[in-house]
Amino acid sequence: MSETILEARGLFKSYGAEPVIRGMNVSLPAGRIIGLLGPNGSGKTTLIKLAAGLLTPTSGEILVCGTEPDEKTRALVSYLPERTYLSGWMKVTDAVNYFSDFYADFDRERALTMMMHLGINPASRLRTLSKGTKEKVQLILVMSRRARLYLLDEPIGGVDPAAREYILRTIISNYAENSTVLISTHLISDIESVLDEFLFIRDGQIAMQSPADEAREKYGMSIDGLFREVYRC
Amino acid sequence: MARLKWHIDGTSPLYIQLADSLRREIISGACGPGCRIASVRELAADAKVNPNTMQRALFELEREGLIETRGTTGKYVTEDGGILARTRREVLDSVADDLIARLSSFGCGADEISRLIADAAARHAGGMGNREKAFETEKKE
Repeated sequence: MSETILEARGLFKSYGAEPVIRGMNVSLPAGRIIGLLGPNGSGKTTLIKLAAGLLTPTSGEILVCGTEPDEKTRALVSYLPERTYLSGWMKVTDAVNYFSDFYADFDRERALTMMMHLGINPASRLRTLSKGTKEKVQLILVMSRRARLYLLDEPIGGVDPAAREYILRTIISNYAENSTVLISTHLISDIESVLDEFLFIRDGQIAMQSPADEAREKYGMSIDGLFREVYRC
Repeated sequence: MARLKWHIDGTSPLYIQLADSLRREIISGACGPGCRIASVRELAADAKVNPNTMQRALFELEREGLIETRGTTGKYVTEDGGILARTRREVLDSVADDLIARLSSFGCGADEISRLIADAAARHAGGMGNREKAFETEKKE
């Protein structure tokens, strides 16, 4: 349990002169579902992109399973971006094949079974699917990998409450026990029950890191309530 | 195992709320003596909570002797009548305490509270089959 999956030490990231991550130190253990919570513009997506190896730190370091993000760690990381990177002309089966070709740890059967359960026709073209259905397809693809670190950037933003429930169940029943899931969102009340731990991030720094139940006990409120207190405008 | 009812509002530690929900299911007979408990993953997915949190709730019940692990076949509700009766009494006492506290907050004294409860019981005497409903609180969205 004590293995560290993601670690940041003195992490800084600026876009030009604009600092976004300002000295972040954090360590995420294996086997947890962790919420990355913060208001818009606090640095959630940037942190996730740094962990996915899509951005490089301005200074400091970020380590996935003890190494800097590179081709090797990318095989360990399953990343759900905020926006789709699948093309509209693709059929659902094309997207499945794409993942199958790219990722050795992709479980094709599992993905197809989940799609069947949701009534998603594998022959449909992505552009003909609703926003919510497209998000479900992508989440299924991402969660069908046997990764060590799942990075889910706003996985429930565009879907209705019933689909949110399905997505949360998908996450709970699919992540491997020795892997860690990092979920960024500002829809805290919808996901807080699945979290082991949460990170509050503010102005590019960790404002609070705590096991969820410990915080509920200590402050006598939900994580959503606590978030509203901490970030009161 | 029948589908369980979970009551989660998020303001107190979830594992305590989950343990409370499971205790109620056991006491009410929805999941009675000797009933097999679903796996942690299944229960967690059903309640939409983290498996580690559900594990902790089950650990509480196991510590109380309310459920037991039998070899590799999973967890079962105990068939020990003493433990079941004691747990039932504890849970019902605490529900009664809550009720008294709530009535007291409106300024009711002990006599009035007894009278109110007796009257309410008489009113509901016809529909006591629904007694479980009286304890349910709506799950907050």
